[in-house]
Amino acid sequence: MSMNILRFLGRRKATAPLARERLQILLAHERSLRGQPELLSILREEILAVISRHVDLDPDKVIVRMDRGKSVSTLEVDIELPNGFDKTIAAAG
Amino acid sequence: MERGEGEAEMAKVVVVTSGKGGVGKTTTTAALGAALAQRGERVVVVDFDVGLRNLDLIMGAERRVVFDLINVIQGVAKLSQALIRDKRLENLWLLPASQTRDKDALTEAGVERVIADLRTKFDWILCDSPAGIERGATLAMRYADEAIIVTNPEVSSVRDSDRIIGMLDSKTVKAESGERVTKHVLITRYDAGRAARGEMLSIDDILEILATPLLGIIPESQDVLRASNVGSPVTLNNAASVAARAYADAARRLCGETIAMMVPAERKRFMDRLLGRRAA
Repeated sequence: MSMNILRFLGRRKATAPLARERLQILLAHERSLRGQPELLSILREEILAVISRHVDLDPDKVIVRMDRGKSVSTLEVDIELPNGFDKTIAAAG
Repeated sequence: MERGEGEAEMAKVVVVTSGKGGVGKTTTTAALGAALAQRGERVVVVDFDVGLRNLDLIMGAERRVVFDLINVIQGVAKLSQALIRDKRLENLWLLPASQTRDKDALTEAGVERVIADLRTKFDWILCDSPAGIERGATLAMRYADEAIIVTNPEVSSVRDSDRIIGMLDSKTVKAESGERVTKHVLITRYDAGRAARGEMLSIDDILEILATPLLGIIPESQDVLRASNVGSPVTLNNAASVAARAYADAARRLCGETIAMMVPAERKRFMDRLLGRRAA
């Protein structure tokens, strides 16, 4: 989207401000993670462990994605649950 | 991502290497990766610069890295979880380097496994080598079928390229089994005017010294800087630019096409010429 606007406004549109913004976001994130490099792996493992207590999971079907924005990062956890998992819980309960 | 059943075509593992830092390896990996993907090939670009990754930044994917090459090697994540699909080209993928580890975390067995897995999913696997000749660089070239040696027309760059050519003939699996890694020289930051005035090594000089075939000539170009500012390979960001067209031609040659080598001449803007400014 912003790329299309840039192109429409002409080839010589300044690109340095965008580079600056990208770097500010990226480096702020990297600095905040310094000292806890394995945070995402730990988060994924612990989320998996919690859910595995109640539902049989295929670990290959668990996808963790992160999108880092200017002020917030979004952690997206996509877990495929087998059909009938809620019946399994009901039976256990 | 999976290849079709019975598809016999061999995936190509290509290392983009130079020895020297700052000659344009990462730019080249991104630009060629995008150009190949635009031709319908399934492409993954792999960043071997553990601890100093930049391929994600050049590709505009820096906010989307969750897992990386080291996580895959160590079994913390599956390959499919670490691969990031380009938002502009659906058959272009990135496997990022780790930023928080160092190159000792790379293992030969781990890299071999990852490359073997990638071979089953992609037509082209472009390995972006770190500068230098230590572990990251040797592992980036270890399983290569072909190599693109990125060289600036400058004495120390050419010297380091020669050293890398020697390593390709001694430190790769292909070399150890008596075969040869196919090698291509890609000349970047070329300035035809300075070469004509004898201020810069000429193409012929470089090719004679390195004794390796030429894949392409990429002129010094401001479009490359603009592309990295916005996080888009130059072949996507400005496909009509001289640099992008030179990369697109190089990609076609890599696919086996015969294309006449043009020494690209970029017309300098009047003010640049008037003030004698060099392109960035």
